[in-house]
Amino acid sequence: MKWVLLVLRIKRRKGCEMMQVLCPWCGVRDEDEFTYGGPAHITRPTSGGDAPQQDVSDEKWASYLYEKDNVKGIARERWVHVHGCGQWFNLARDTVSHKIHCVYKMGEPCPVLTPEGDPKNRND
Amino acid sequence: MQHYSVTSLVKNAIHHHEKWQKTWRSPELKSSYDVVVVGGGGHGLATAYYLAKEHGITNVAVIEAGWLGGGNTGRNTSVVRSNYLFPESAKLYDFSLKLFEDLGQELNFNVMLRQAGMLILMHGRHDLEIMRRNLNAMHMNGIEAEWIDTNEVAKLARGINLSDEARYPIHGGILQKRGGIARHDGVAWGYARAADRFGVDIIQQCAVTGFDISNGAVRGVQTTRGLVKTNKVAVAVSGHSSVLADMAGFRLPVTSQTLQACVTEPLKPVFDVAVMSPMLGVYISQSDKGEVVIGGGLDNYPSYGQRGNVATLEHTISGVVELFPQLSRVKLMRQWGGVVDIVHDSSPIIGHTPIGGMYINCGFGTGGFKATPVGGWTLAHTIANDTPHELIAAFTLDRFKTGAFIDEMGASGIAH
Repeated sequence: MKWVLLVLRIKRRKGCEMMQVLCPWCGVRDEDEFTYGGPAHITRPTSGGDAPQQDVSDEKWASYLYEKDNVKGIARERWVHVHGCGQWFNLARDTVSHKIHCVYKMGEPCPVLTPEGDPKNRND
Repeated sequence: MQHYSVTSLVKNAIHHHEKWQKTWRSPELKSSYDVVVVGGGGHGLATAYYLAKEHGITNVAVIEAGWLGGGNTGRNTSVVRSNYLFPESAKLYDFSLKLFEDLGQELNFNVMLRQAGMLILMHGRHDLEIMRRNLNAMHMNGIEAEWIDTNEVAKLARGINLSDEARYPIHGGILQKRGGIARHDGVAWGYARAADRFGVDIIQQCAVTGFDISNGAVRGVQTTRGLVKTNKVAVAVSGHSSVLADMAGFRLPVTSQTLQACVTEPLKPVFDVAVMSPMLGVYISQSDKGEVVIGGGLDNYPSYGQRGNVATLEHTISGVVELFPQLSRVKLMRQWGGVVDIVHDSSPIIGHTPIGGMYINCGFGTGGFKATPVGGWTLAHTIANDTPHELIAAFTLDRFKTGAFIDEMGASGIAH
């Protein structure tokens, strides 16, 4: 009986519309505990070397501040567990299916993904 | 092309309505066109129509990946209004509303415009201050709108919860009498039929896969039905603008997100006016069929999924029940989501792109339906003359470099 209930519960969770996010610190939680914080791996522009930042051209600033890749498919995003531990982290998420392919900590390089979106094994 | 009138109705009634013509042709895609419009939604079809009618450019194709009006044109809550904050927006949207007022006649197609009014509710002292300012701005911009008290709110939006015990008690509102609702499918079909009459080829089920670009100018469009040669391309694909821009090799300041809406089962007429509550984050109207049409805020992360999450829907519905408690036991019939193109300053981007001969209409985000006529009108003018129409001079892509934003975040009435 217990097993049947467990299977039913898993099945119900699978059909559930709500996205589940794996927080690296707290584990799997519902999406409404989290807030999206923009695309990941965006580098602040510099004018090269020690030159002051105000020398960066308007075009570069506009590109940095406003232009988005806005990927249809697997995007790298920053999220924060705002109603939880409050920590920021990165994830690779499919913007069509909403499937989250991998979660990784801020500052870590973006894992290489296969075309299907699975993280590549480093031994491959 | 058959003209719709009482006479044509009578004539066809004699033939048991078996001899009506097709509303538009389904032609084969030709190998070249003067202008190719990508996107068979309201804006794309309106662009093709005004290109043909106002500028005499009839060798035009409208290419649509799905079916006509199947994107955001068929997914919005069909509200039309022009109660914006800044002069540039007020001019743009009011011109659109004026085109809407004659659209049924112009297209010989009933777009079911019902100008029963657009009511924005005021819930407290802070609302009062900001809305007083908005109202003054509207008057400065020549948009007629009036301040109304709770007695008038009660008359206009029958059944609304005016109790002092409400979570956010209502103290009045701003009414734009010329606002209202129109039938969104009717607008797309009307433009399609009228454009088709001028010889515009409407190609459905044909997706764009790339662009032929040489020396920074567009030379052709690659589609699932082959290459089309053209020197002018108009892109009007709302939420998929970034995908098309990526094919052409540039980026846009756009984020695609889901905006949901839903309708209840049909009811007897309850209220005429379209009601918006910025505080509760909902807008609500009743369609001619009797369904209560409900819209809310955005799902707050990028998505091309065309569905929408439960948490946002729940938040929207809770706002509706707060406003109209008697609707709490009415069943929802349908819920859906559209991919909207959100821009930093909540204002559209219309005009030239970094690619020569390629023009874009995007960034209307959560409020594109009301701008369907003006989006088409201004883009057609821009394509025909290769200079931006005066109404959209401030809405170009360049404003992200110059910083001359038109920040309608507050005035769009809802916290998108």
